[in-house]
Amino acid sequence: MALDDRDADKQKLFSRRAAILGGGQVALFAVLAGRMYYLQVIESQQYEILAEENRVNVRLLPPLRGEILDRFGEKLASNRQNFRVVLIPEQTDDVEGTLDKLSEIVPISERTRKRLLRDVRQKRGFVPLTVAENLEWETFAEVNVHTPDLPGMQPEVGDTRHYPYGEDLAHVVGYVAAVTDRDLEGADDPLLQLPGFRVGRSGVERLLENELRGRAGNSRVEVNAFGRVIRELAKNPGTPGDEVVLTLDMDIQRYATERVRGESASVVVMDVLTGELVSIVSAPGFDPNLFNVGLSQAEWDGLTNNELNPLVNKTLAGQYPPGSTYKMIVALAALEAGVISPHRKINCTGKVKLGSHDFHCWKRGGHGPVNMVESIQQSCNVYFYEVGKRVGIDKIEEMSRRFGLGDQLAVDMAGEKKGLVPSRGWKRATTGISWQQGETLNASIGQGYVLTTPLQLATMTARIANGGIGVRPWLVRSVGGRLREMPQAVPLGISPAHMKIIQDGMDAVVNIPGGTAFRSRLPLEDLTMAGKTGTALVRRISREERARGVLKNEELPWKFRDHALFVGYGPVADPRYSIAIIIDHGGGGSRAAAPVAKDIMTHVLTRDPMRMAAYEQIRRGGDVTSLDVPGTQMGERG
Amino acid sequence: MVLEAISRSGRMSLVDKLYEINWVFVLLLTAIASVGFAMLYSAADGSFDPWASRQMVRFGMGMAILLVFALVEPRIWLQLAYPAYGFALLLLIAVEVAGTTGMGATRWINLGFMQLQPSELMKITLALALARYYHVLEQDRVSHPLYLLPALALIALPVALVLRQPDLGTALLLSVVGVSIIFMAGLSWRYIIAAGAGALAAIPIVWEFLHPYQRERVFTFLDPSRDPLGAGYHTTQAKIALGSGGVWGKGFMEGTQSHLNFLPEKQTDFIFVMMSEETGLMGGLALMGLYAAVLGFAFTVAMGIRHQFGRLLVAALAVNFFLYVFINVAMVMGLIPVVGVPLPLVSYGGSAMLVIMAGFGLLMSMYVHRGEELPKGGGII
Repeated sequence: MALDDRDADKQKLFSRRAAILGGGQVALFAVLAGRMYYLQVIESQQYEILAEENRVNVRLLPPLRGEILDRFGEKLASNRQNFRVVLIPEQTDDVEGTLDKLSEIVPISERTRKRLLRDVRQKRGFVPLTVAENLEWETFAEVNVHTPDLPGMQPEVGDTRHYPYGEDLAHVVGYVAAVTDRDLEGADDPLLQLPGFRVGRSGVERLLENELRGRAGNSRVEVNAFGRVIRELAKNPGTPGDEVVLTLDMDIQRYATERVRGESASVVVMDVLTGELVSIVSAPGFDPNLFNVGLSQAEWDGLTNNELNPLVNKTLAGQYPPGSTYKMIVALAALEAGVISPHRKINCTGKVKLGSHDFHCWKRGGHGPVNMVESIQQSCNVYFYEVGKRVGIDKIEEMSRRFGLGDQLAVDMAGEKKGLVPSRGWKRATTGISWQQGETLNASIGQGYVLTTPLQLATMTARIANGGIGVRPWLVRSVGGRLREMPQAVPLGISPAHMKIIQDGMDAVVNIPGGTAFRSRLPLEDLTMAGKTGTALVRRISREERARGVLKNEELPWKFRDHALFVGYGPVADPRYSIAIIIDHGGGGSRAAAPVAKDIMTHVLTRDPMRMAAYEQIRRGGDVTSLDVPGTQMGERG
Repeated sequence: MVLEAISRSGRMSLVDKLYEINWVFVLLLTAIASVGFAMLYSAADGSFDPWASRQMVRFGMGMAILLVFALVEPRIWLQLAYPAYGFALLLLIAVEVAGTTGMGATRWINLGFMQLQPSELMKITLALALARYYHVLEQDRVSHPLYLLPALALIALPVALVLRQPDLGTALLLSVVGVSIIFMAGLSWRYIIAAGAGALAAIPIVWEFLHPYQRERVFTFLDPSRDPLGAGYHTTQAKIALGSGGVWGKGFMEGTQSHLNFLPEKQTDFIFVMMSEETGLMGGLALMGLYAAVLGFAFTVAMGIRHQFGRLLVAALAVNFFLYVFINVAMVMGLIPVVGVPLPLVSYGGSAMLVIMAGFGLLMSMYVHRGEELPKGGGII
């Protein structure tokens, strides 16, 4: 059939062409299979990693910062809940709009807004940025309610540092503040990148930053394409920071702070047997919580422009002429050198002449003949001019150093100043001019070049009180439950007889009529305090001025008034605590400093018996037993 | 023997026809569709709602259409070829006038009970019309320029309308299906080579007519890292999903890329990726194997048909089916730019499913009646 023939031709041609198409399809399918093989076998591992990266997000969990406690466990720095709002820029298309909406609930300052917008540009989109912190619970709750309208905003509960005693401890405990670019240099702890993370900036917080910080934990979470957390895959809570126990007694610290409130002052109370610092007050303080939250410009200006220097820890960094509190050192140097017998009297006429220059006693008309104990008791300058002249500056310097002056003492505090103990060699080396004898006279009454810190004075007094054992001040009792060892205390090699004379002199200052601090003897029956007043001149009194009559401190501008000093220890029968007090520009030591010492020492010696018992127990615990001082058995004092 | 008997009788009873339906092929289609159900179930995190159950219903409807179409004699299809083409063309025009705009392109017409995509329908009716045309045309005239023009016109009309929507992918598909019919009808190689050269030359001109978003797709295809979070995101995430699936996959319902929504459009255009992530290279190859079996069956059937209409129609439907599979899989694997072409029988979607099943209905009709001859005439030309 014709039709059949023609159709057979068509069919043949069709089959050929269809076969070509079919072949093409097979080839293309082969390409697909090849591509599948390439992606799923050859490149598979790489894509597996990418899929994992997509899926798994590692979130850092900040560890709880270690708490700082006083020796009785009272919290000096702790953590409390911080309600805050963070912005995750990649979760919103309109950062400004979201900020606008949030600002209807939480006020956002122009500065914060600018910082955020800058960070949004500079940081990666998933890095959370802190928008607001330390919110009130009500505000925080409101933000939570409105989160659906606030894309990218995440309410969070974090932990923030809290200093319950605020400015009473600011200098000792220090404070934490936001991480700065400088902190990030060379540091690889990922915690530093965390928004709102804080690092120690001063005091113990800074010194023990590594121990307090702890180690970051992390949480591996599965997230979907929108960054929402689907589930937690694994969690490592991290390691909280170590708990730090200080040697401080908050009860005394509080009392001492209160006692000098309003003054620019330093108080150091030290355990004379161990060197433990019981109280360190540098007044005025500042509120460390402000640094944590962030200071306003006005607050900052208020701190830096304050002439009372609230930001300086004066107990460590304040360098003062020791004034008459230095006389014990001069006396000890003289006794050791054998240049004077302690019973030998020297006649004080009110002044001595050296060359053309008059060196005055504080008492016009003079003390008359005084021996060593009396000269300390009445703080006679002329006696010490004479003694100093005999013993020479180099021996005084040597004795000063044995008692801890002129060098850093603290084993665990930063920012301590060295003070200055002059000598012939020192003067030649620094000024090129040789030592003048007049300078020895000045140094003999703790004036001139001599500079000391309150901490040094307290240590010096402790070493006198404990009979010449070289205790060193220390502040950190234990870290992470591990007790620290007491700094080694070596005997200073002072003759007990000499020590006794100095102690008697200091006893007389407070407890015998005529003593410069007799008015400040303790109002206690069986416990007494020994001490020494000091008045450090901050200006030179010219001859004309002296002729006119020296202006009383009250008549001078505050800046030019004398510093009032007092060092002491108690109880005299069995010394346990030394104290050093400096009231900046407070006037005379016996009038301004000694009464403060009286009150604080009274408080120290008559603390709550329960607290005292605890104190004893800690000591009996055996952590500080290396001390070998006769007559320090426990429990002797009621 | 049976076939000859049928062939001689020229007429088959309904039972005969049902018996003649290739049930293995029907099973094959059901298997492919079932892969889709499983993946849609997984895509909804282990739920038949909202996709798998509806897809099953549509597949059921499609199967009904297939069976009904299978029973209709080719003669009827031949007669319906031009009217159907005309109807589809009218629908395309209607879309211009009253279509629904989705994704920046006007492609859909609302039929009340479902959204119809006339361009999908056109893929079948174009095949019908061209097969009809070459069925009647004398073999020695196939390569005659005068007789080539009507065929080209049949292709050009719908392609032009679809381009206006604009839907570049479908326009290309229509063109390729149409041209493949002309090719299989026996057009001289001279034309084919000339046309190939012409197509290459036309690329710059076509480029001028492309919409910015279409050009962007091409750019992004050439370099997905250009815009990793925008247009290149789909391709990049699809590759990650596929690659991370490995040889055996992450396990059913365990695909992280899909279930955590890194993979876009996982229930529609990118369903192959989701399947490959969860079942691995093996799952992907198995599905490709099923598709290859469908194509092999279609070409075998085409070659056995005793009239040009059936041959061309079946082969064109096979080409169309192949193009769906190839373009979709190549696209999700980053071999070609992203175009909106579903994976036939597997991707969620009504229009494509029904049209594909209707096409297989025509195929089955040709298979059932493969012994019969089909005289020319009885049509318009």
